[in-house]
Amino acid sequence: MTEADISPPEVRKRPRVGLFVTCLVDLFRPSIGFAAVKLLEDAGCIVEVPPQQICCGQPAYNSGDVAGTLPIARQVIEAFAGFDYVVGPSGSCMATLRKDYPEMFKDDAEWSGRAKALAERSYELMSFLTDVIGAPPMNVRFEGKATYHDSCSGLRTLGIKEQPRRLLSDVEGLTLTEMQDSETCCGFGGTFCVKYPEVSVKMVSDKIGNIDMTGADTLLGGDLGCLLNIAGRLLRLGKPVRVFHTAEVLAGMADGAAIGEREKS
Amino acid sequence: MAVKTLDFHARASKAITNESLQKSFSNLKSGFVAARARAVAALPEFEAMREAGAAIKDHTLDNLDFYLERFEAEVTKRGGKVHWAADAEEARLIIREICADVGAKTVVKGKSMVSEEIGLNEALEAEGLEVLETDAGEYIVQLAKEAPSHIVMPTVHKTTEDIADLFQEHHRAYGFSERAHDAAELIAQVRTLMRDKYFAADVGITGANFLIAETGSNIIVTNEGNGDLSCTLARVHIVTAGIEKLVPTLNDASVLLRLLARSALGLETTSYTTLSTGPRRPGDLDGPEQYHVVLVDNGRTKMLAGAFRPMLRCIRCGACMNHCPVYLSVGGHAYGSVYPGPMGSVLTPMIAGHEKAKELPHACTLNGRCQQVCPVKIPLPDLLRRLRHDQWEEGFIKGKARWGISLWSWLAARPALYRILTRLGITVLGIAGRSRGSFTRLPLAGGWTTGRDMPAPQGTTFHAAWAKRKKRA
Repeated sequence: MTEADISPPEVRKRPRVGLFVTCLVDLFRPSIGFAAVKLLEDAGCIVEVPPQQICCGQPAYNSGDVAGTLPIARQVIEAFAGFDYVVGPSGSCMATLRKDYPEMFKDDAEWSGRAKALAERSYELMSFLTDVIGAPPMNVRFEGKATYHDSCSGLRTLGIKEQPRRLLSDVEGLTLTEMQDSETCCGFGGTFCVKYPEVSVKMVSDKIGNIDMTGADTLLGGDLGCLLNIAGRLLRLGKPVRVFHTAEVLAGMADGAAIGEREKS
Repeated sequence: MAVKTLDFHARASKAITNESLQKSFSNLKSGFVAARARAVAALPEFEAMREAGAAIKDHTLDNLDFYLERFEAEVTKRGGKVHWAADAEEARLIIREICADVGAKTVVKGKSMVSEEIGLNEALEAEGLEVLETDAGEYIVQLAKEAPSHIVMPTVHKTTEDIADLFQEHHRAYGFSERAHDAAELIAQVRTLMRDKYFAADVGITGANFLIAETGSNIIVTNEGNGDLSCTLARVHIVTAGIEKLVPTLNDASVLLRLLARSALGLETTSYTTLSTGPRRPGDLDGPEQYHVVLVDNGRTKMLAGAFRPMLRCIRCGACMNHCPVYLSVGGHAYGSVYPGPMGSVLTPMIAGHEKAKELPHACTLNGRCQQVCPVKIPLPDLLRRLRHDQWEEGFIKGKARWGISLWSWLAARPALYRILTRLGITVLGIAGRSRGSFTRLPLAGGWTTGRDMPAPQGTTFHAAWAKRKKRA
């Protein structure tokens, strides 16, 4: 029997989690990062934020620039080397760490092992809270009729579907109504949304049609890229649907301005 | 192959505002997507079949030389002839020569995407041959002098009213003076006028859904029965097929057939599954006097050798485009290639070269739905991204797109500098945006703000706020 098994729970080693902030959360909505920290700490993790992180490199990788991506990826691998887990509030970025990094370095003797080791310890936040750590009930309230958008990479690469819904089902005052085609891309697609704005706007308009049909007053999701896109279109159309990241609601931090909303003075 | 993909953006934008086009896609969305989902749900072994289908194709591709030679030997043994075409031009030449040798005047055609790929109709018509498409959808686009906009449903961009107008204009000559009211009446007109053409035709040209190495057979699936008639009634039957159509045995084909009908149309099976094996034998009641198979390479062996080999598994079901939110927004013609949608965006640059098709791999959000529904599990998003990597390396990505990304990558690998610049930028945007919540216009963000507001940032970066919190603690 090892030492850990006989020690009382309070002395048991708490997992050390490195928060992968993501570049969009860093720049546009730090509150999502702080919500993630709260959720992880409440679940018993020690959270640290290594400063040598910027971006996962996906914008460059998906645009074709492999050579430009590699230094960014190596920087992430190094920054998060010592942690038990790496957790981020984005299915898209975490899919890059989990799926793309091992592929990028597969022929690189020095880095392939390290990329794989990082990939195996990397999780999207909702999936980490549900599948890995077994987060305790959050005891939060949020008044709203919400609907949930499944972001593509999280859904299809990481299998994130039930986890956020399960966590949200404990939130008091919140009802979740499924929209039609919740799994259909919102049209963000990274640089796609600015390369082909007409197509992207058509796709996000279809998404908003489906949101409208649920009668929801709140849209939730797990990827800030999609949420900025959907919120941006909702604002342009003058629709009063409020947009939050799931983590903000679960952490009880969705009491301020929603994405794109004017701050209350 | 006529490739006009360089103006994807312009055509896509126009398609979005075309109401009739948008109306015609709604059927595709609600009809075929739902039908496929039902067909898949009703078959518990569907996932296992996808695995099996991919494995059959991979095995065949790994041993393609062997199976091609076996196929040729079997066709020859049964009195048919196999022709090898390295590219589209060779394929057209071979078929023109066969037609000339038998003194052909008229050709009936079953649906064949490879014949579109090699530009066959134009080549035969230039020789003075009368060429008639017998698949109703192909017939309609031929009549309208258009290209198919979908690989399974060529006229998915047209409404019933569009087709009724077209027939009214062209079918007076066949004695149809009344405008047709519905799809059934339209199809009845096609059947009636087509009947005599089959009997009069000198040559029948069909595609192939599968070529069977063990028997030298060709399998085509149709729902109209036009394929049968094109195979059997003309004096000469020419099969045109890409070399990747091969499977080892009839058993293998049966797995892929089950996948194909469900993936394409949500059907358990198509109405007709037609096998043709060689020319008419002594004592046969019908069948052609000559049986030719033209095997087309046209870039395929190049794909076989590299990272794009999985693309050769494709069985042309169209499920990837039926489930592609971009295709469903802009339609097939926007892609400017005979192969539209996700599969076409991989295949077209491989066949026609990056230069002619450089927009296509980018016309995708990498959402992954195509891969999820592909019956032979082609990793389409990975292949599309791989094409972008190749384009970058070979210098096809230029100008703003290249420098913008290069600058970002450079900066994202320099945390100290990045922090200074972003803190500054975010502070400014935060102050400017605080009172309004979002921007309707922003310098350098025109692509975003044409149809969307830009939500304002909260005014501090996470890393700056985190550092402050750490200091306090």
